[in-house]
This record gives sequence, structure tokens and C-alpha cells, in this order.
Amino acid sequence: MIINRYFRPLKQTAMNSLKLLKQLYPLPLTSVNGTLFPLFFLAFFTTKSAQAAELKVCKTCDFKTVTSAVKAAKPHDRILVQPGYYAESNIEIKKPLQLIGVGKPVIDAKNKGGIFQVETRNVLIKGFELRNVEVSYLRDFAAIKVYEGAHVTISDNLIKNAFFGIYLQRTDSCTVARNVVEGQARTETTSGNAIHLWYSDFITITDNKTSGHRDGIYLEFAKRSTIKDNLSFGNIRYGLHFMFSDGNVYTHNTFRNNGAGVAVMYTRDIVMQHNTFEHNWGPAAYGLLLKDISRSTISNNRFIKNTAGIYMEGSTYLHIEKNTFQGNGWALRVISSCSEDTFRLNNFMSNTFDVSTNASSASNYFSHNYWDKYEGYDLNKDRIGDVPYRPVSLYSLVVERVPSSIMFLRSFIVDLMDRMEKVIPSFTPEMLKDDSPVLRQHAYDHA
Amino acid sequence: MITLENLQKSYGKLQVLNNISAQFNTNQVVSIIGPNGSGKTTMIKCLLGMVIPDSGRILVDGAPVIRQWEYRNKIGYMPQISRFPENMKVRQLFQMMRDIRKTTKPLDEELFGMYNIPAMYEKSLGSLSGGNKQKVSAALACLFDPEILVLDEPTAGLDPLSSEILKTKILKEKSKGKLILISSHIMSEIDEVADDIFCLVDGNFRFYQSIESIKDVTQETRLGKAIAKMMAV
Amino acid sequence: MNKIIKYVLYDILRSRTVIGYTAFLFLMSFGLFNLESDPTKAVLSLLNVVLLIVPLISIIFGTIHFYNSTEFIELLVSQPINRRKIFLSEYLGVALSLAMAFVVGVGVPAMIFNPGPTSIYLVTSGVFLSFIFTSLAFLSSVLTRDKAKGIGIALMLWFYFSLLYDGLVMFILFYFADYPLDNITLGLLSLNPIDLGRVLVLLNVDVSALMGYTGALYKSFFGNWTGIALAFGLMLLWTIVPIYIAQRKFVKKDL
Repeated sequence: MIINRYFRPLKQTAMNSLKLLKQLYPLPLTSVNGTLFPLFFLAFFTTKSAQAAELKVCKTCDFKTVTSAVKAAKPHDRILVQPGYYAESNIEIKKPLQLIGVGKPVIDAKNKGGIFQVETRNVLIKGFELRNVEVSYLRDFAAIKVYEGAHVTISDNLIKNAFFGIYLQRTDSCTVARNVVEGQARTETTSGNAIHLWYSDFITITDNKTSGHRDGIYLEFAKRSTIKDNLSFGNIRYGLHFMFSDGNVYTHNTFRNNGAGVAVMYTRDIVMQHNTFEHNWGPAAYGLLLKDISRSTISNNRFIKNTAGIYMEGSTYLHIEKNTFQGNGWALRVISSCSEDTFRLNNFMSNTFDVSTNASSASNYFSHNYWDKYEGYDLNKDRIGDVPYRPVSLYSLVVERVPSSIMFLRSFIVDLMDRMEKVIPSFTPEMLKDDSPVLRQHAYDHA
Repeated sequence: MITLENLQKSYGKLQVLNNISAQFNTNQVVSIIGPNGSGKTTMIKCLLGMVIPDSGRILVDGAPVIRQWEYRNKIGYMPQISRFPENMKVRQLFQMMRDIRKTTKPLDEELFGMYNIPAMYEKSLGSLSGGNKQKVSAALACLFDPEILVLDEPTAGLDPLSSEILKTKILKEKSKGKLILISSHIMSEIDEVADDIFCLVDGNFRFYQSIESIKDVTQETRLGKAIAKMMAV
Repeated sequence: MNKIIKYVLYDILRSRTVIGYTAFLFLMSFGLFNLESDPTKAVLSLLNVVLLIVPLISIIFGTIHFYNSTEFIELLVSQPINRRKIFLSEYLGVALSLAMAFVVGVGVPAMIFNPGPTSIYLVTSGVFLSFIFTSLAFLSSVLTRDKAKGIGIALMLWFYFSLLYDGLVMFILFYFADYPLDNITLGLLSLNPIDLGRVLVLLNVDVSALMGYTGALYKSFFGNWTGIALAFGLMLLWTIVPIYIAQRKFVKKDL
């Protein structure tokens, strides 16, 4: 942490020299660019793997418990835990170590505290099955907790029935990969998050499966991190939840059937691409809830069968492009406080409502989207409709004001109402329109 | 065989049947007469259960029949104007009636043959002329050899030859010991077939007498004149 | 009873109206499925037509047929048959033939081009609406002897259920927007069979949007089979109640 903080102002120059060094040394680095530099630094100065010993843990070995092996190990030793069942908890790791489970050994905390607590750099925890972490209202017990550590790699673990799964607090340059975190959460207050980051930077979270927790992936004050290829489903609150976490990149993740979808707040400069947000149903469920998000890009994502595909509030300067919205109740709900957002080149198909808003006028821009409800014509054959499309229907305004009128969806009177409004627009926002609706669906490969 | 007891029926303020009582027996042809709108058809319809009287009783063979339906097995009915489902073929109509009646008695196909119904078998009922419809209707009424025949102006649309056939049939049925009720305006016809005359005027019973006694009382040989005299009284 | 239904059915199925109705529905469905690239969208366009046309044709045809069958009914009434049976046979004959026309005209194309639950619910709703509006047709027919009046009543009923009612309820909802109206809305919906038919299809097509509606009752209503069972139950009630009342009136009626 100290080192990281010290070097951060030098990051720019360091990154440059890194490129040079990378050509000279084939470094044993597993992480992607964001975390390269600190890891490289440590590898350069502290790697002494040549002298490292291997300690085995099993019923018949010298070490019968993981705790005793950790205690006996010297820094940079490798501990190989053999298959078996170990009832242990609160294992403190305060020196660089590699803990490797061979054949998925089980460590069961039996609801007494957490399991691994890492408070140092350069630790690997791999291949364990971790069970039954205590639920506490006072302390955040986790299957693996990293506190003020760095360069910690947590991979290939199966974590079952934990209060928190993987908890990174004031860390940097850590990797969380290929873990499966399965909770049995019932209420929000008695469950923690599957992967939880707090004041942690340059973290890589890839290929994890999180389910049955409060939030699948939770980030607060976590910056410049990469979240990729994760699957987050069936969590009771959010599949992904972040606040004050600028500069993160989210790609190729799937967020499915979470209690309230995905919610992201008070953040800027994020990139969300190629993610899938699907089957988030409920009065307060959103494919993606954006609150006070600015200067970010949301592109090439799929929003399938959510009550609201994207719900946005106080969000400005967003580029929402090339996404597909299909079978949602509302593809977009844009609350009046949003402005200067651009919606381009998206596909809107089979949504009950394409766009709803409570604003009479707002400076958001729609262009070149495909709307399956568009009924205009194209006389000059440029594949762009000659009359603008107005995605806000009169009926959606009625529903906004009187929610129970949703029951009259697709009735003759609603049809009549909307058609009359199309001919003589008098209630729907004048400015909210797509002047260049495309006539054919954009072909995107979202995967 | 049929007993009417104090039948009352009104449509709104219009009293159509006012306290009508009568007794009709087997081996009897009764002609129901009266001016237009005197309640003849209503009385017949009451008997058939098509109109439900406001009060009074109707007994057939001693059993009350209002709102019953099984007793209609004993009745063959030929309405004033016969209209049938347009698209149904004559063959189907007869088939349906046989289906409904499920009678085990031998069918009486005399009129059926005399009117040459099989020749119209494949015609739809909608395409038949009024007279042919009446023939179909008459043949149907007799088909099941019912104990009671109710004929509402049976010869109104028939050609003279067909009328003659029907009249012969009526007499023949009477000779079998049946009760036949005929509503008609044609006095010569009544004179030919009927034994007794039941007269209604404005829903009120006027007289119920045999033709002979009417002629006796009025000293007239022609029934038309005799009736006119009776009505003038 | 079956034998009378058989002949009534035979009579109606050969009439030009029902053949025309079947052909119209079939051509329309076929056309919609061929014009729309997305079969689900075609089903939705079809839904709009079904909710308007099926009730209209059912109630008008039912009424006209009843008046035109007066003599046939008279003929049957003079035969040894229960009046109730005659009436129900006539009803079932008309309703079944209209439902059959609908199944052939809409159901077959829908199941060919878009097999799945949405089509099944669309067809079921249509069949129910055929039965319900024939039932209402028979009710308006027994209410008056005058054919023109009867058709008038039938048209009024159609207009009321397909447009007026929804407009009124929407107006009430809008006017009382500040009050909790969840349960009342649900109650009011059940008072209109066309709305019930519509909701049945909505439960399949627009569940994403419906789930956005607040209110615990709705969530349980849309979340499982309760809603569907309830909607079907109410449609059944809408079929039985008018025809039962009509039948009671018919039994006492003078012909």
C-alpha cells in the first residue's frame, strides 16, 4: 500500500519504462495492464522463489492443519493442502505465501468467524472449497478477506454459504479469478456481498460466478479496475453495485435475475461493453440503474426482458450506443434530471414502452436507432425513415402518472389515444424524438 | 282427453284469453273459430306450451301439462305459417324429427307419400314455396301417428287438390278415434270435417256446440249463415 | 340435446356469414403473419383485431340468428322437448360454430406461424369471447321481441364493452390518481370480458412491464398461475351468467 501510494505519481513514467522492461524480461505476470506496474515492481525486488520450501498439509503429514502450516512457513513458502476436510477458521496470513489446495480440500469455518485473513503482499490462495462463514452484524466476516494487502491472487475457489465471499479492503493490484461464490441469502441484512471491494484500486475480477448473496459484485471507492467475464445471478439485491468507483471497465459480464438488477451510482468515466442484463423483474428492478453517472460509455450491451432496461437519473454526458433492448417493459426510463446524453445506433425491439420520461423537455439526443414500432416511410431509399420517430407515447405518460392504468395496455382505447397523439402531438415532449430512425435492425454481435 | 280450466292470458293490457274452459274428447274433430285476433292461435299455443297462460290449468289425459314437455309426444302440430331453418334439407328435417321423437310406433307415411315429399328431399327448406312448406308441415304433423292433431289454418296455403288430400286424411284420422283441433276461417271446409265448433270472440268464450245443433237452432243449412246468426245473437 | 345441436350446427356452418367470417379471419391472420417479420408482433396486431371483431361478430350474428330461428324454435317447442334444452342447443350451436370459425381462421395460422403459449392464450381468449358474446347476444334477443331493438341492444353492449367501459375506467383512474386504486382496478377489469381476454394475453407478452407495477396483489397475480386461473374462471362466469339469465327468461317466454 505504501509503496503503491509512493509510486502512483510516477505511474506515467513507470508505465513507459515498463513497456521497455517487458521486452527485456519475460515476466511471470498474470494480470492485465492496469495492475502490471506494481506487480512488476514486487517481482523485481522481492522474488526469491528459488529458496522457497513446500509444506504439505494432510491428516498424515507433518502439518495436520492449515493454521499450523501457515505459522511454520517462512515467507514465500508454498503450502500444499491435500484433499480432506479441515475445520478451521480465522487463519491469519501476514507473510507472502502461496496456499494451494490440491484436489479441492474443504475448509469449514463452522460459522465461527472468517477463514483467510490476508494482511500482506504477494499471496496466492487457490483451489479451496471454503464453507460456512459466520453471519455477524458487527464484523464483516469473509471467506477470504484481504486487508491492506497487494498483489494477492484469489483464484479457482468454491465458496459456499459465506457471509461475505471475497472481501478486499484498502488493497491494490489484486486478482480475483475463476471463483464460484454461492450464498444462501434470505434477507438483505443477514447477507453480505459475494465479491466486495472497498478502497481498492487496480483490481482484476474475471470469470467469477456469484449467486445467492446480497450483491454479486460490490465496489465502493474502487478505481481503475477491470471486471470481465463474470456471471452474477440470483442475488437478492444487485448483481453489480458500485459507488464512487471511477475509471472502471466492465465487459462481457452477465447479470441475470437479480432482485433489483444492476445499480451504479455517483461515478464517472466508466466503460460498460458487451454485458448482458437480463430477466430482472419487479417494481424496483432494473437491467441497469444509473444514478449520477457521467462521462461514461455504455455500448454493445444487451438488455433482455427487464422491467426497465436502463433507468437513469441525474446522469449526464453518457454515450449509450449499439445496445440491443429487447422484450423490456420499458427499454429506457429517462428521468428529467438527465441531460446531454446520446442514444445512437441502438436496437429497440418488442419492448412494451420504448422510452418513458417525466420531463417535458430535455436535451438528450436520439439518432440512428432502430425502433420496431416505427411506422414511417423511406421514399428516398436511404434506409433512414423520412419522418421522425417519437418514442414516448401518450399512454406511457398516463402510466407514469397513474400506474394502475398499465392494465389497459393494448386495449382499443389506448390504441386510439396513441394514434391520435401521433397525428397531433400535444402532450408528449416535443423535442424527444429520433430524426433519423433506421428502418432495419442493426446487426450486432454482442458476444 | 284435453281439459282447459279457466285459462287467462294477457299481453300487457290486452286480454287475449279470458277465463276459457273446455273439454275435448277422443273421436272428435273440433273447429276453433272466431274473428281475427280473437285468441284462437293463443289458445292453441297455450295447449302446445308455446305460450304460458297467466292462470288456469290444462290437463291432457288428466295430467296437468303447463311447463311440461313429455305430453307433446301425443300431439302433432301444423302451424299457420311454416318456416324452417333455411339451410336445412327436407331430408334432414325428417331425420331430425325422427331423432327427436324416438318413437317405436310404426310411422304414418300416408301424407308423406301423397304429397310426394321424397321428391323434395334434397331441396333446402329455404327454397321451398309456401305451399310445399305447408305440405312438409302437414306430413310432419301426421308422421308419428299422434293421438291429438292440432292444425292451425291448415289449408290456407295449399292448392285445392292438396287441401282435399288433407281433409280426407283428417276424416280418416278421426275414424281412428283421434282428437283433431282445427282453427279455420273457411266454413265449407269446417262443415265437411268438423263435428263441433268452439267459438271465441275477443278472448271470450262464445259457444261450443255441435254443427248439427247450430244448424238446428238457427234453422240454416249452410254453416256460414248459421254461424253468422249465432254471432249476431 | 346433442341431436338438436347437430342440426343447428349444420344449419349455421352452411350459412354464408360463418363461411365469410372464417375466410376473413383466416386471410387477415395469414396476411399479418406474412407481412410482419416478427411473429410475436403479428400476434399482437391480431390481438387488437380479435378483441374488436370477435365480440362484434359474435354478438351481432348471435342476435340475428336467434331472431331468424324463431320459427325453428317454435317448431321445436311444439315437439316433445324441454324448452331449456332447445335454448341451450341453439346457444351451443351458434357459439360452437363461431368458436370453430375462430379456431380455423385465427388459431390455425397462429399455431403454424407462432406456436407457443402466446398463441394458445390468444386463441383461448378468442374462443371464450365467442362464447361470452354469443351468450350476451342471446340475452339481448330474449329481452325484446323486436329484431331491430334486439340488434340495437347487442350493438350497444359491444360498444360499451369494447370502448366505453375502458374509457370510463381510465377516466376514473386518472381522476382519482392520488388514491390507492390497485384492487379496484383489478375488480373493475373483471367486469369486462374483453379486458379479461386482453389481460390473459398480456400476462404472456408484457410480463416485463406488468411486473413493474407496484402493489403486492399484482405481484402475486402476475407472478404465477393464480392470475391466469382467475381470469379463466371469470371468463367462464361471463359465459354462464348471461346465458343462464337468458335461459330463465326464455323458459317463461311466449312464442
